[in-house]
Amino acid sequence: MVKVEVKDLRKNFGTLEVLKKIDLEVNEGEVICIIGPSGSGKSTMLRCINALEKATSGTIIVDGNEITDEKGDINLYRRNIGMVFQQFNLFPHKSVLQNITMAPVSLKVETKQEAEATARKLLKSVGMLDKIDAFPHQLSGGQQQRVAIARALAMQPDVMLFDEPTSALDPEMVGEVLNVMKQLAFDGMTMIVVTHEMGFAREVADRVIFIDDGYIVEQGPPDQLFNNPQNERTINFLNMVL
Amino acid sequence: MGFFELFMQSLPRLVQGIWITLQATLISLLVGTVLGIIFGLFSVSKVGFLRGLNRVYVDIIRGTPLIVQAFFIYFGIPNLTGIRFESFTAGTITLTLNAGAYIAEIVRGGIQAVNVGQMEAARSLGMPRRMAMRKVILPQAVRTMIPALINQFIITLKDSSILSVIGMPELTQKGKLIIANNFRSAEIWMIVGAMYFIVIMVLTQVSKVIERNLEYGKS
Ligand SMILES: Nc1ncnc2c1ncn2[C@@H]1O[C@H](COP(=O)(O)OP(=O)(O)O)[C@@H](O)[C@H]1O
Ligand SMILES: [Mg+2]
Repeated sequence: MVKVEVKDLRKNFGTLEVLKKIDLEVNEGEVICIIGPSGSGKSTMLRCINALEKATSGTIIVDGNEITDEKGDINLYRRNIGMVFQQFNLFPHKSVLQNITMAPVSLKVETKQEAEATARKLLKSVGMLDKIDAFPHQLSGGQQQRVAIARALAMQPDVMLFDEPTSALDPEMVGEVLNVMKQLAFDGMTMIVVTHEMGFAREVADRVIFIDDGYIVEQGPPDQLFNNPQNERTINFLNMVL
Repeated sequence: MGFFELFMQSLPRLVQGIWITLQATLISLLVGTVLGIIFGLFSVSKVGFLRGLNRVYVDIIRGTPLIVQAFFIYFGIPNLTGIRFESFTAGTITLTLNAGAYIAEIVRGGIQAVNVGQMEAARSLGMPRRMAMRKVILPQAVRTMIPALINQFIITLKDSSILSVIGMPELTQKGKLIIANNFRSAEIWMIVGAMYFIVIMVLTQVSKVIERNLEYGKS
């Protein structure tokens, strides 16, 4: 079953064409890794999927909801699409527990008791239960990112978007976050991950997509894309990063 | 008459004066904060008309001297409409409009100082813009705003002395009246100055305590 469908997506910032023609289908439970040079439009594409950026044209459908439909209830659609940011973006004035329960409780998806039980379960699964009452500034980057993943999962999304979730981390903390993501993939989550972690892409991705200059240049299973890239630009990029 | 005798004799009237000063300042700040929050939110609104409204208000207040605003409200408006205010009312309205405009700028600055990632994180969870504003942005903005708000408190307190020009019976006006009777201007202005100074020092200390308690996790 197709979970995410992107058709002829284009995005301009003023006169700058950032996404030129993006077509993409992501199946349920599929893990997609998006790689490509800096400034090629990876974040923009991801942010169009939950409408943090408004698509200039094209259609995006997530789990049957047309994100690009102006008349649709985007706040409702977004509940179903979790997002994890490079800079974590935890709420600094709230404890770990409150960070996770704020949205489900405020949006009346769960009662406070239910949300707290869910939060505990999620914190346990990301290994952060012992920090439930800590504030974000008391946590390391890796810990903050794991809490941010738990926060996104608390809305029980069907799709998770990750925008370079380990790029702001010290090297020794990258592993703990990737492990949480691996577990999530293993549990069947549909994931779209923008990343520079080629090891992760190789091991976890069902499909790797190489984006350059606003186009999907090449895509395929990790084995094929990493070991036998066809396009010259893919080859050049991989030579630089591998 | 010695200094001590002069001091004791004028003190009751000066205390009345500073009481009026504090009343006008407090009312102006309270109402001004409400105005400031409303117009500050206007300034970051998606609606162009509201942003424009804020711009006009803030520009008019910032672009004209307080004394001219006070004259306009106390003398101009009665002349125009026949509605006459007492000097205290006219003075407090002037101070309120002033504080409101400056606080609107403080609120705008506070909101804009919050990292855009905060709004995006809240929105990505499905929270509508208003809810995200209320639960995520404003609580963080308020923390950065508090030092500026206390500073505005001090500015408004000092600005209230200008309202003696329309005869508002605040501390400076009381000082003027006492000097008009006894011509002891050096001593009286010194006492008046000391009274402002003490109130402002107390406020400054309070603000330091508040600022120290603003770190996340402490409150
Ligand atoms: N809000 C914006 N306004 C203007 N230009 C932007 C904005 N966001 C991104 N861009 C530009 O779009 C291009 C693609 O950015 P981005 O999607 O962040 O690339 P990537 O994530 O692949 O590094 C870059 O040239 C960037 O400068
Ligand atoms: Mg990016």
